[in-house]
Amino acid sequence: MRVPLPLPLEIALARGAGRLSRLARRGGGTTIPGKILWLLDPRAIERLAARLPLGSALVSATNGKTTTTAMVAEIVQRRVELAHNSAGANLVSGVASALLARDGAQLGLFEVDEGALPEVARRVRPRAVCLGNLFRDQLDRWGELELVADRWRAMVAELPRDAVTVVNGDDPQVGYLAETARRAVVFGLDDPRHATPLPHAADSRWCVRCGTPYRYEAAYVGHLGDYACPACGHVRPALDLVARAIELDGLEASSFDLVTPDWTRRIRLPLPGLYNVYNATGAAALARELGASADEIVRGLEGFAPAFGRFERIAVGDREVVVLLVKNPAGGNEVVRTLLAGGPPPRAVVALNDAIADGQDVSWIWDVDWEPLLARLEGVVVTGSRAAELAVRFVYGGFDASAVELVPDLEGALDRGLELTPAGGRLFVLPTYTAMLALREVVTARGFTRPYWEDAA
Amino acid sequence: MRIVVGHLYPEHLNIYADRGNMAVLARRAALRGHELEVRPLGVGEPIRPGDHDLLYVGGGQDREQALIAPDLAARRRSLAEALADGAALLAVCGGYQLLGRFYRGHQGAELPGAGIFPHETVAGQGRLIGDVLIACELDGERWNVAGFENHAGRTRLDAGAEPLGRVVAGFGNDGESGFEGCRVGRAIGTYLHGPLLPRNPWLADWVLRQALAHASGSEPPAFEPLPDVLERQAHEVAARRAYARGGKLR
Repeated sequence: MRVPLPLPLEIALARGAGRLSRLARRGGGTTIPGKILWLLDPRAIERLAARLPLGSALVSATNGKTTTTAMVAEIVQRRVELAHNSAGANLVSGVASALLARDGAQLGLFEVDEGALPEVARRVRPRAVCLGNLFRDQLDRWGELELVADRWRAMVAELPRDAVTVVNGDDPQVGYLAETARRAVVFGLDDPRHATPLPHAADSRWCVRCGTPYRYEAAYVGHLGDYACPACGHVRPALDLVARAIELDGLEASSFDLVTPDWTRRIRLPLPGLYNVYNATGAAALARELGASADEIVRGLEGFAPAFGRFERIAVGDREVVVLLVKNPAGGNEVVRTLLAGGPPPRAVVALNDAIADGQDVSWIWDVDWEPLLARLEGVVVTGSRAAELAVRFVYGGFDASAVELVPDLEGALDRGLELTPAGGRLFVLPTYTAMLALREVVTARGFTRPYWEDAA
Repeated sequence: MRIVVGHLYPEHLNIYADRGNMAVLARRAALRGHELEVRPLGVGEPIRPGDHDLLYVGGGQDREQALIAPDLAARRRSLAEALADGAALLAVCGGYQLLGRFYRGHQGAELPGAGIFPHETVAGQGRLIGDVLIACELDGERWNVAGFENHAGRTRLDAGAEPLGRVVAGFGNDGESGFEGCRVGRAIGTYLHGPLLPRNPWLADWVLRQALAHASGSEPPAFEPLPDVLERQAHEVAARRAYARGGKLR
């Protein structure tokens, strides 16, 4: 049996690799240290996590995990020293790197990829897990939605005895996990004024118990909402934390009553869209379990700045670039809905890459309801490694082919978009994940924003 | 001319953007002066011979497929009658599997099939996932068809059955035979999505021509080709992906 190096030596070696990665301009060094640590000692993550005096909390979801985790960090970090993978490196190596990055951290706060969650939970032994939603996404990587839900169920059953599971009750597959958990806290939305019809190709519309289609009192985002099975009577679980009286203020903000078992406060969230109300409610539920007070939660949420690429606004000269990550049908539909509510822009740049982190299977672009947005756009620049596919999608969606500009090179497309935007105007950029990172690198190189790993620090 | 499409289980089977295939058929029909009318066919809704010029079955996740499998299998006769009447059929992924004799899952549970295609499907170890390119010959015309595949099932064609194409890059039906999909007259089934038709407009036109043959009661009409500039570019990129990173046949 191989004898592991002493932990401090391993830490020093792995950290050195991270610094080298940054010096070599290979990126933020947000995964390399964790990978090195792994090679040196596969059980070092467990040992590092066990050193945290306040334990760890994990956040996972198909959509919103980066934003939700960043909100929790904003709420708790004034009081508690955090180890937090804020740059979005959310596989085992990213969590390990975040554990390495900070001496003296008291609490681990990690967003975790849906597929990696069971392994991270097994190693880190969290005191709390927050589960936001499951939408179809990257089926080429993780297989089917049901498989992910099954693995989450097994993970919840094996959590430490005193751990709490915070679940979004509005998602049938996720809310159902409350029945498996030893201790569960359920959050959701209650404001039928914001209900929309179930979208085309909605996920999880069949009862988790008996397979009958749910009847929705209200669907808020995709299949998230207030559901009931007409056959077996399975209903949305009772909500412990609820967002009520929600007001959406275009592209700028939203506000809502946050109702907890002990207090109710009005929150003005500086982020648009119902999906961010979900993120904020989930973040509040988790932060509360981590000991945050009402004041801390309100202040943290109201002072929140968008996570990179998630409705991030970047001043580029005399124009503003607004970056809205789009990576799956549910997220895309919400971005379209939010843009329409805010008065749609005349032009947009849409970027489709097909690297592993984007999903190699690009068929999801057909399930996004782009049509209402296209109907309002004068022109669209399509870019990325699968730009042609996107152009085909828009043209078959009824958009005039002459209004689609195909500029596969990302930087060229950004420049074209800026050229089409009048001075003082806003350019909306809708990229997939690696396209977002690449575009951000372009504006960083031009000095308009900081690298994501510095923002993250 | 009006082309009537019976779209089977659109609420259950829609995982790989089957809506994209419908959008392509509708637009390409319209550009030739025809009208596509899509009628959803849910569980229990009957198919009467002559009602539809084209039947479409998409793909779903295991759970959704299990929910509709008994209903689809019970349509064995009405589907066979529609095809004998000259209707065309397109089935993708899960729909393709369930139109064979059976699908046997990992735990050995068997979903009955509708028996339209001469094949059997058994779930194997590991999913066959990736870009895929196949070489097809339909009625004397040769094309490459590019798509994406993601299936646990290994589909074995009966001896002498006609595949839709031969695998150029990727896995295909089972990852070893070199066959992809199946054709029986005007019915074709395939694992390729992405979706299938937007980047393979020639295949879309072939399907439309078969449906028009049924609608008009004559031979498939000739089509004026469309420019398809974007479609060709999308096809070329997808084909390059299949060569570069498609699955390898065992």
